[in-house]
Amino acid sequence: MKWEPVIGLEVHVQLLTRSKIFSGASANYGSQPNTQACAVDLGLPGVLPVMNENAARMAVKFGLAVDAVVNQRSAFARKNYFYPDLPKGYQISQYEMPIVGRGHLNIVVDGELKRIGITRAHLEEDAGKSLHEDFHGMTAIDLNRAGTPLVEIVSEPDMRSTKEAVAYLRKLHTMVRYLEICDGNMQEGSFRCDANVSVRPAGQAKLGTRTEVKNINSFRFVERAIGHEIERQIDILEEGGEIVQETRLYDPDKNETRPMRTKEEAHDYRYFPDPDLPPMAIDETFIEEIRQNLPELPDAKEQRFKDQYQLNEEHAHQLTQSRANADYFEATAGASRGAPKTVANWIVGDLSSRLNDENLDIGDSPISSRMLAGLIDRIEDNTISGKIAKEVFRAMWEGEGEADAVIENRGLKQITDTGEIEKIVDDILAKSRTQIEQYTSGQEKIFGYFIGQVMKATGGKANPKQVNEILKKKLRAHLFTDGP
Amino acid sequence: MALDRKTVIDIATLARIGIDPDNVDDYASELSKILKFVAQMDQVDTEKVEPLTHPQDRQLRMRMDRVTETDQREGFQQLAPAVEAGLYLVPRVIE
Repeated sequence: MKWEPVIGLEVHVQLLTRSKIFSGASANYGSQPNTQACAVDLGLPGVLPVMNENAARMAVKFGLAVDAVVNQRSAFARKNYFYPDLPKGYQISQYEMPIVGRGHLNIVVDGELKRIGITRAHLEEDAGKSLHEDFHGMTAIDLNRAGTPLVEIVSEPDMRSTKEAVAYLRKLHTMVRYLEICDGNMQEGSFRCDANVSVRPAGQAKLGTRTEVKNINSFRFVERAIGHEIERQIDILEEGGEIVQETRLYDPDKNETRPMRTKEEAHDYRYFPDPDLPPMAIDETFIEEIRQNLPELPDAKEQRFKDQYQLNEEHAHQLTQSRANADYFEATAGASRGAPKTVANWIVGDLSSRLNDENLDIGDSPISSRMLAGLIDRIEDNTISGKIAKEVFRAMWEGEGEADAVIENRGLKQITDTGEIEKIVDDILAKSRTQIEQYTSGQEKIFGYFIGQVMKATGGKANPKQVNEILKKKLRAHLFTDGP
Repeated sequence: MALDRKTVIDIATLARIGIDPDNVDDYASELSKILKFVAQMDQVDTEKVEPLTHPQDRQLRMRMDRVTETDQREGFQQLAPAVEAGLYLVPRVIE
């Protein structure tokens, strides 16, 4: 039987506010344990939560960016459960009246555009962190994270493959960073993903029983965890079994999911409106002001890169994955005489792979956009060849200065003097009787040998186009004099 | 609406309240009485009434996004039964 997976994602996005959602404690990451947990975050008696306006602003910003309904009236509710990293015994969240209603994101998979529905996005507070190791059998609690503002973004079950799920997650990741509402750091937990997964026979309308897979904290794991869960469910169904609705935890070390809690043990959260927090009203002016200040969004920027710079699909897509990348490209293209396509090639190719190798963001690149533009200009005006440019690039990366300085100091200026190249070619041909014979007898592949020799003799500095022409001319002469 | 024994025990579990099994029937009947009293409101036609999320006709007040709290860990941790390395210690929980 052919099975069709059905996937929906719930993504928790930590908002980049200075302070917590309901208290004036700092929301910075990585401070000493519990130094940023105030009385409100600790849930001490008598405290009152007061909403952070900036958190509301960021949620609205997200809503507008995904074409969603922004609810001018929303409400906070208490989600009740007991866990030591939740000192109040309830999490303040939104239930029946979320701030952001239905919206959507477009993804492209295998060249096909697909619209993924967003059911809702609501504001809530994060819990603290529990550490289970090294505390002589006790659990240790750090409440610095408690009260950090989150937006939970719930998608429709619109994805039909792990590829689509990854594409959606990446798009969302790009989006929240464009909006500057989240740093997107998955390792530090500022962007977390749970997946609802079910399978059904292809063509069946009714959804299968779903499981929720938790603990997916990297893009690589999303693909593996969901892929694994789909296979597990298909195996069970093909053996005539039934899927149990449950929450499963992904273990990246073993690449498996295992049950966390079944429906019977599932929490009954007993949501009710939080009496400490009256309904949140957001007026049209507030929304309009945010709308006016929205940055150019990824899809629009990608289209503009294609129109304005004539970039191909892949380049336009890759360069608009982050604003920093896109800005770097535009700054380089603006400062260089080279074609935008050439600039794109350098950024997507050499620069990206080097940044990747060293685990750096483009903002930390030792080669600035102006420096890269300078390098590209030297290729354009024939000072260096594309091949030498790679050497100059490496030298610039190692801190040897601008392209011009590297070319000067390393003596890399291209040899473009025809007379000089001819002399070198003559020397090589004089030493290459055998190869010339091979060439004249029709083995044209040997041509590469001559090119190689010239490049070797000049340290790669001879202008390749000229070498090519001169070699062809001289060999043709041999063809007629030495030929049969 | 009458509560049965099982529901009472479930509620107690969710609320982490220890109850004496001998008292379950009493709780069930008392809680049922409360629910019956409140259920009088079901008589009211609420078809055209917007759901109320807060008894007072007020709007949420919001504050500027500023850090106003300072570190008072030392004071707070004096209230805790056990601390170590700045962390609160609790009986081991593994889900």
